[in-house]
Parts: sequence; C-alpha cells; structure tokens
Amino acid sequence: MKRRDFLKNTAVFVSGVSISLSALEFIDPKELLAANPKLRWGFLVNTYKCVGCGFCVKACKIENDIPLEAHVTRTWVERYVMTKSGETIRDCPNGALAGYTSKLLDENASGMRLVPDEEITQAFFVPKLCNQCSTPACVQVCPVGATYQTGDGVVLVDRKWCIGCGYCIMGCPYGVRFFHPIERVADKCTFCYHRISKGGNTACAQACPFGARQIGNLRDPNDPVAKAVMNERVGVLRSEYGTKPNVYYIGLNEEVR
Amino acid sequence: MKNHVWRPLFVVLGLVAGILLFRLVYVPADFGTQEQGYTFGFHRLGNEQEWKDYPAKYKNNSYCTECHDDKVKSWEASAHAIIPCENCHGAAFGHPDKPEKLTIDRSRDLCIRCHAKLLMPSSGRNKIAGIDSEQHNAKTECVECHNPHNPSLEDM
Ligand code: HEC
Ligand code: HEC
Ligand code: HEC
Ligand code: HEC
Repeated sequence: MKRRDFLKNTAVFVSGVSISLSALEFIDPKELLAANPKLRWGFLVNTYKCVGCGFCVKACKIENDIPLEAHVTRTWVERYVMTKSGETIRDCPNGALAGYTSKLLDENASGMRLVPDEEITQAFFVPKLCNQCSTPACVQVCPVGATYQTGDGVVLVDRKWCIGCGYCIMGCPYGVRFFHPIERVADKCTFCYHRISKGGNTACAQACPFGARQIGNLRDPNDPVAKAVMNERVGVLRSEYGTKPNVYYIGLNEEVR
Repeated sequence: MKNHVWRPLFVVLGLVAGILLFRLVYVPADFGTQEQGYTFGFHRLGNEQEWKDYPAKYKNNSYCTECHDDKVKSWEASAHAIIPCENCHGAAFGHPDKPEKLTIDRSRDLCIRCHAKLLMPSSGRNKIAGIDSEQHNAKTECVECHNPHNPSLEDM
C-alpha cells in the first residue's frame, strides 16, 4: 500500500466511524419496544363517509404552510369510479384542493372523460396521507439522519439537517413525500404534530364535516380509533411492502392502491 | 524505528483528532439514537420540540362563539352545523386582531364542493341533496337565495 493511500483510507475510515459513534450508545431492542408504551399515534379513514369536498386538503395546506398554488400536498383525496365493464378509473385533480364538483374524470394526458351514470357500479373517495409506518422505508434510506421516527411513532423531517437529496421521496411506497418549494427540503405529513402533542386534533380531521378522518392513540384500549382498528374490518394500503402502516381504512377495495 | 515509519502515524493521529474535533463542534450534542433506536430514531432530539412549537393557524368553532354568537346560533340548529366555520371562512390565525376580518367566500365553488350532483353510490356524497350547477340558477351566487348558516328550504 502506498503511503498516500494509507492516509486516505484512514481518513475515510475515521470519518465513517465518527459519524456513527452515537449509534453505539444504546441499541437494546427491548428498550426500543418499550420506548413509549402509552402512546402510539394512529389514523382511521372511513371511505364511506368521505364526500370528496376537499376541505381537508385546503386545511392541511393552510395549517402547514404548503403554498396553495403549488402542485404538492401532504394529503389528498382520490376518486375511484368502477364501471360495469370492469374498468377502474381513478382521478385526483390538483389533490382535490377544490373538491370534486364535476362528473368529468380527469384522465391527464387523454383529457376529460364522462362515464354515464348507468355504467357506474361503485364510486367512492379515498383520502390519502402519510401512513406513519412502524418500519418506515423513507427513514432507513436517509443518509444524514434528518428524517426519523419519534417515540410516539410519528415520522418527521429535520429541516435544518435535511440536505434535500430526495432519497426518501423515492423510498416511500405511498408517494406521500415531496420537495417543499419554499423550504427546499423534503416534506411530509406530520399528523399535525404541533396540534396533537398539545391535545388538539389534526387540521384535516377537524376540517372534515363528516368524521371521515380520525386520529387516535392505538395503545389506549378506550380510544375510538384503537377500538375501531381492533373490532372493525379495517385494511391498510400496500401491506406487501412490509412497512406496517398506521393509517387504517374502513371500506377499502383491492382496486385501491 | 526509523523516522519515515513514525511520520505517517503522526499524520494519522492528527487526522483522527481533527475529524473528532470537527464532529464535536459541528454535530449538536442532542444528536444520536433516541427512543426508536439506530434504524429509525437516529436524529437531533431538539427537532421534535421545534415541530411541537410550529404555529397553529386553525382554532375551532367554540372560539367563534365568543363574538359571533348570532351566527353560531342559527348555524348550530341547521343542517350545516357539521361544517366548521373555518372551512368556509378560512383559518382564524390571530383574528380578530390580525386579520381583523375573515374572508367571506360567496362563490358558487364553495357550495358545489358538496352539492354538485355526482353519482357516487358507495359514498356519503349520494346522501347530500345535489344540484346540477349548470342548471340550478346558474350565474347567481347561491347565498342570494340560500342562507349558508341556515340552509333549510322551509326558512327561505
Ligand atoms: C374576539 C372576538 C372575535 C372572535 C373570537 C371571532 N371574531 Fe370574527 N370578527 C370579530 C370582529 C370585531 C369583526 C369585525 C366586524 C366588522 O368589522 O364588521 C369580525 C369579522 C368577522 C368576519 C367578517 C365579517 C364582515 O362583515 O366582513 C367573519 C367572516 C368572521 N369574523 C368570522 C369569524 C370566525 C369564523 C371566527 C371563529 C374562528 C371568528 N370570526 C372569531 C370578532 C371576533
Ligand atoms: C357553508 C359555509 C359556511 C359556514 C359553515 C359558515 N359560514 Fe359564515 N358565511 C358564509 C357565507 C357564504 C357568508 C356570506 C353570506 C352573505 O353574503 O349573505 C357568510 C357570512 C358570515 C359573516 C358575516 C356576514 C354577516 O351577515 O354578518 C359572519 C360573521 C360569519 N359568516 C360567521 C360564521 C361563523 C361564526 C360560522 C360558524 C358558526 C360560520 N360563519 C359558518 C358561509 C359559511
Ligand atoms: C361540507 C359540505 C357542504 C358544503 C360546503 C355546503 N353544504 Fe349545504 N348541505 C350539506 C349537508 C350535509 C346538508 C344536509 C343534508 C341535505 O339535506 O342535503 C346540506 C343542506 C343544504 C341545503 C338544504 C337542502 C335540503 O334539501 O334541505 C341547502 C339549500 C344547502 N345545503 C345549500 C348550501 C349552500 C348555499 C352552500 C354554500 C354556501 C352549501 N350548502 C355548502 C353539506 C354542505
Ligand atoms: C335564484 C335563487 C337560487 C339560487 C341562486 C340557488 N338556489 Fe338552490 N334552490 C332555490 C330554490 C327556490 C330551491 C327549492 C326548489 C327547488 O328544489 O328547486 C332550491 C333548492 C336547492 C337545493 C335542494 C335541492 C333538493 O333536491 O332538495 C340545494 C341543495 C340547493 N338549492 C343548493 C344550491 C346551491 C349549491 C346553489 C349555488 C351553486 C344554489 N342552490 C343557488 C333557489 C336558488
């Protein structure tokens, strides 16, 4: 080995070790499980109740300073229309910020499409937001420790630490992350951490007139959300990815992706 | 041993000290594995508090009661009582100090978010009285005829 290579390798090695030094502090798995035995935030969406008014999207954007005109949003509402011929059509114009006010389905490049009423079998709305996964893929891929899971299970982004590399945006199987056009960092739903940690409700759940969205503590057996998750027939999105989502849906179809 | 063997070792020790010193200065003291362990919890602890301190914009209905109880009374008894005031008037922020007034949205777009007739058989949308916005008194604001705080057709 050349002396120059030796010095170079040492520098790389030392930097690497020193970055992960803090990892050596405590990694006892039992301690991890018991980290917060009393509080684990979870979310319940009732797709039967959602009417597609889009007030949740508007409230979320205003509450969390996401520019209304930017085509990014932390939560959105999809419309599903199924036809007698077995077709499933999904649309989501501008995240449903202005709600669904027309029968025309937005087929993007191929334009607008009208499905006659007598052709429709099922049609419903599905609100989407961050699933605050128990094993979040987005957190694992962060190279700098800027995104993480709190003790009560919410995945957050450290805006001072994020370098904007975009790995997490690619890593999320649900596409809930985006690049914040003003902060210039990765951004995502926080379950309105500033509201729920002070005993409040999330902006989207508070704005929903129909109670289609609810947040609750999954570790509290008397919590309405925890009860529903336990007793009702609920589903989660894309369980095959193994990310263990914590947003539960009532009335989920296999067509919903 | 000879000098040329020791010299690189000193350089290496210098490197180690330098990088550790840089880390000490650059990485905040509260950065490290927190409650969720190395895989999911490696972060700067202070950031959790920063998110908790994020300013809230939305208040709630009971806040409006203090000053607009006439509006709240009629709204409370109506079919629209499920719709929070701030959905139609926007987030309260510091109202009534800043802003002094909240927006009044008289547009038809506000109402047809729920009342545009769509066929959505597997959703609550079908239970709301629907109109075809192009047919139903087009071009006139809905609130010319309907009271948003008491939409009952009998009281029109
Ligand atoms: C502390 C008292 C107070 C509270 C609480 C309050 N407001 Fe007001 N609001 C006012 C005052 C004062 C005005 C100005 C009235 C004016 O100039 O006619 C006003 C104006 C408004 C206006 C515009 C009225 C107009 O004629 O232009 C709206 C809409 C409004 N408030 C909605 C709300 C809503 C919704 C809430 C609850 C989130 C709320 N206010 C809470 C005092 C209050
Ligand atoms: C469905 C949407 C909607 C909801 C919900 C709603 N408003 Fe309004 N509000 C309106 C509209 C539209 C107007 C304008 C009415 C007009 O011009 O005739 C208005 C007007 C007002 C005004 C000022 C106009 C006036 O007549 O003095 C106040 C104050 C007000 N609303 C307060 C409230 C409060 C408080 C609540 C909650 C209890 C509330 N609104 C809920 C839509 C709504
Ligand atoms: C968040 C959804 C929503 C919005 C926005 C909304 N409404 Fe309603 N509206 C309802 C619901 C729910 C009812 C009660 C169920 C029903 O009878 O349709 C209702 C009832 C009504 C009724 C009575 C219908 C009947 O047959 O008795 C009228 C009229 C009405 N709304 C007009 C309006 C107007 C005008 C606006 C805009 C200022 C508006 N609505 C905004 C949800 C909404
Ligand atoms: C020129 C006055 C006028 C305007 C403007 C108007 N409406 Fe109406 N609306 C009526 C009258 C009168 C009725 C009751 C008779 C009927 O069903 O046509 C009615 C009925 C309704 C109903 C109940 C329909 C049902 O089947 O029970 C709804 C919902 C409604 N209007 C919503 C709206 C909305 C939303 C707008 C604005 C986009 C609007 N209206 C604009 C006069 C008006």
